[in-house]
This record gives sequence, structure tokens and C-alpha cells, in this order.
Amino acid sequence: MGVASIPVGPESPIQREYRPRTDFFKGICWLASLLTVLLLVCILLEVFSKAWPAIHRFGFGFITGVQWSPNREVFGVLPVLIGTGISSLLALLFALPLGLAIALFLSEDFLPAPIRQVIRFVIELLAAIPSVVYGLWGIFVVVPLVQQYGGILADKLGFLPIFQGPAYGNSLLTASIVLALMVLPTITAISRSTLVTVPYALREGSYALGATRWETILGVILPTAAPGIVASSILAFGRAMGETMAVAMLIGNSQRLSWSFLAPSNTLSALLANQFAEADGIQVNALMYAAALLVLMTLCVNIAGEAILRHTQKTTAGLR
Amino acid sequence: MSKNSAPVPQNFFTTGGKQTSPLRLLRNRLLTALCIVLSLLTLVPLLSIIILLLRNGLPLLGADLFTQLPPAPGQDGGGFGNAIVGTLVMVGIALIFSVPLGILSAVYINEYAPTSKLAAAVRFVAKLLTGIPSIICGVFAFAAVVMTTHQFSALAGGVALSILILPTILLTSEQALMGVAYAYREASFGVGATPFQTIWRIVLPEALPAMMTGVMLAVARASGETAPVLFTALFSYNWIHSLMEPTASLSVLIYNFASLPYSHHISMAWAASLVLVILVTIVNVSAQIIFRPRHR
Repeated sequence: MGVASIPVGPESPIQREYRPRTDFFKGICWLASLLTVLLLVCILLEVFSKAWPAIHRFGFGFITGVQWSPNREVFGVLPVLIGTGISSLLALLFALPLGLAIALFLSEDFLPAPIRQVIRFVIELLAAIPSVVYGLWGIFVVVPLVQQYGGILADKLGFLPIFQGPAYGNSLLTASIVLALMVLPTITAISRSTLVTVPYALREGSYALGATRWETILGVILPTAAPGIVASSILAFGRAMGETMAVAMLIGNSQRLSWSFLAPSNTLSALLANQFAEADGIQVNALMYAAALLVLMTLCVNIAGEAILRHTQKTTAGLR
Repeated sequence: MSKNSAPVPQNFFTTGGKQTSPLRLLRNRLLTALCIVLSLLTLVPLLSIIILLLRNGLPLLGADLFTQLPPAPGQDGGGFGNAIVGTLVMVGIALIFSVPLGILSAVYINEYAPTSKLAAAVRFVAKLLTGIPSIICGVFAFAAVVMTTHQFSALAGGVALSILILPTILLTSEQALMGVAYAYREASFGVGATPFQTIWRIVLPEALPAMMTGVMLAVARASGETAPVLFTALFSYNWIHSLMEPTASLSVLIYNFASLPYSHHISMAWAASLVLVILVTIVNVSAQIIFRPRHR
């Protein structure tokens, strides 16, 4: 019995099965990954190349212009940019206290676990409702409310530019209220996940010093979780900027420059939603330019939010 | 903690033996109350949405709704059978594109080359794609499909939706693969299996239920989205005959009918919303149920 007695004939089935060979599946997976990366490049290229005629023709004046009249081929998005920014900020202003309150409820032990489970379910439900349904609800509930109480606001506080009358139902305020509801789940989910990572020892330390529950929350827990909460707000801001349908149905779609929250306004995404289907010629390019601006703005906001979130995860990991 | 020790005041341990001043306790209570009020405040809109959906949508709910074509403006009766079919067709097209792409990419970045530059790029891109507004998916599909074929179509709508759901599928698939215990892979390699055999016969079957959860969440998301299909698939009052023609969808029907001045059409928008919300909720809940048995 020696080395020579090993059969050198045809391979056994088992040998064939386990012979190293080129892994085509790896190649396929590699290709898929490459395609995924190229997809984003493709989106950017497609949007910017279709926007190029407009970028070339209108240049920076597109951003500072206040007129949008397709039939005269004059395009300026400054009012729309302002509308986008203010509606998202206002939405954040409404949603942040609510979202934070819920996140605290879900992360602290105010309530027994089953009730917390129910609240979580409700928030998830809120996130699952399609944007267009929020829009429909807004038309029949929020628009009349804003029209009614907006009139009172305009009467009493009309001297402030932001509450200048006349009050419209389809206004910046209406859109912001509904937007606030829509970004609430984002704020709650991310804030909650940062609050949960605050080490328990910090709470114990604070309680041991005699702090009440809220002194602990305000003095220890919230400051520790602050970066995560900021990140959640930034990401929610990004979502609010890109949110389309509910806003398109509620904001009134007016390109007139106005500082009043009670006046109709417009956002970049609502502008795209309303005009793309019927646009032709240079208007398509102008809309692509607007889309490119929207992409750039949301990308910047999201990258900033993600960066802060990642930073938080690192620092809180160090606390444990 | 013996039974015969002196009674300890309730807040002894939290106050170092001193009584907490009533003012601080009051502030504590007030803030808790505020927190409760703010949380309950969010229930109001949700309840309002559900009540209105049921009150305005239920009366119209019937078999006709699912089998008839939408009524022309000003007319009564009809349904939105074509919109339901259109939504299903476009979500189907989206899945055909994004399920293979998402799952294969996830396999690459989690199984084959988790630390490679390409994997890092894929993760980064997936994160960015999640943040891209849904209407941009529509803008891209408009530029890439509608402008080249000179035709609003179900295909364009499907392409837009596939970009929308790709990051969901990719990221949940990656999570699913991460959830497979490393010992399974070691055992597989230990008996001499190649990477392909390990992935194909051990890892993927094990990760499949969690992956299906991701796919179903994506389906729920895609069927509710309006912005990507608004100006890619447009709308139609007829049944779908080919993929290369304007196609109705539930969400665009809601959008179009909500702004019409006819009360019947507005009721239909509510009915369509009710159907859509029920559909999305069923898919979401069943996704959760599929996932549950995996927590062993």
C-alpha cells in the first residue's frame, strides 16, 4: 500500500463536486452590486443631463428668479425654494415636541410594556398610511380648520408678516401640519433608538444624586441623546423636503412670493408633481433643473443626518 | 430588607433621605402630564383618518368597485378595477427588477466581499437611495423611459417604483443574511462545501423568511406611492392592454378624483383610499407575521 495505489483514473463524483472552480454566482453578485452603484450615478447623470439646457440658459438666475411662467419661458424658483424650506421647518417645529414626547414614553418606563407596544403600533400605522391618503384627509379636515382659525389668526396677528391675511385653506400652514404628521414616525423611531442606548448607569447615577425623573430626563438623558435627536430632526427635515403628494394637494401651488404662512405657496416636489405631465420643450428642462436642485438638497441633508447619527453611535458605544 | 426594620420613606433611596421639595415634585408631575397630552394629541389625527376612511369609504364598498371601470367625470356608478390591476402590474414590474438586484447585491456585500470597496459603495448608495425623494424616482423614469419611448406607460411606472423599493429590499436582505449564524457557514465550509454551495444551500434558505419580510414591506410601500407613477404611468379610464400604454393606479386615482368637483368621484377617492390602506396594512402585518417565527 503506497502512494502509487491512489486511483488516478477518472474523478469520483464526490471529487468532481468539490473541485475548486470559477464561482459564476460570485460574478453575478458582483455585477448586481456594480449595477446598484451605477444606478445612483445613472439617476444623477440622467437628471443633470436633461436639466443641462435649462442650467445653460438660465444659470444662477433660475435660483434667484421669482417668476415662473412657462408660456413666456421665464423660470425662477426662489419662491418655491423658500416654500420648500419653510414648510419643512414648520413641519419639524410641530413634529419635534410630539415625536420627542412619544419617544420618551417608548424608551422610559412611564407606562407598562403592553401600552408602549400599542403606541408603537399606532406610530407604525401612521407611517404606513400612503401620502395621498394624508392629502385627501387634509383636503377635508385640515383645510377647513385652517381656513376657519387662520382667519382669526390673520385678524388678531395680521400685523406680523407671517400671519398676514387673507387666510386661505390651501396654504403653507396646512401643508406643514400634515407634513408634521408624516415625519413624526421618523423622529420618533430614531429618537427612541438613541434614547434606548443611553446607558442605564447614567440614569442610576442621576437618581442616586436625588434627581427626580424629569430632572434626570432633562439633565442627563436628553443631553446624552442630543446628537441622535438632532440627527433624527435632520433626516425628518430631508423627508419633509421630498414629500410630494400630500403637499401638492394642500399647499395651493402658487409661485407668488409671500411670507405669510396663511397664503398658498409651493415646494419643489409639488411643483414637479403638478407640472411634469403637461410640460414640454424647455419647461421639461426647467423642471429637471428643479429636480436636480431637490436631489442636491436632500442628498446634502441626508448625508449630514447620517454622519451625525453614525458619530452618535460611536460616542454612545464608548459610554457603555 | 428584614421585616422588623424601621419603615423607609417611599422616596428614601431617590432623595438621599431628604424629602424632595414639593415644587420639584410638582414640576415632575406637570412634565409627565405634558408628555401624556402631547402623545395623546397624535392619536387624534390618526383616529380622524380612520373614522373618515370608514365613514366615507365603506358605503361604496361592493363588488362593483373591483370589477367596473371608473366613471367619466359627472357620471355615477363604476369602480376602479383597472386601477387595482394597474397597481398590481406596476408593483410586479418593480419586483422583477429590484428583487434580483437587491438580493444579489446583498449577497455580494455580506457573503462574498463584506469589506471590499464595492461593498462600502453599495451600502453608501443604498443609504442615499433611501433618502432620495420618491418623486425623483418618477423624474428619472420620465427621463429614461418616457422620453425615450415617447409614451407614458406601466413600464415607466414600474421602473420608477423599482428604484423606490430597491434600497428597502437590499438593506433588509443584508440584515437577513447577517442574521444567519456564522456557525452555519463554518459547518458548511467544514464539510468541504464551496462558497457558492454554502450560500445557495445553507445561507439563502435560512435567510429567506426575513428576506420575504423585506420584499413585502417594499410591496406595501410601492403600492401606496403616488409620486413615482404620477407622470410616468399617468392614468387611464380603461383596462390595461399592454405595458406600453398609460395605466391607472389606485394612488393616482385618489389624487385625480380628490380634486374633481363631483361628490361621487370624491366618495370613490375615499373608497379607493380605504382599499389602499387595508391592502397596505394587510401586507405589512403579514410581513411581520412571517418574520416572527425566526426569533427563536
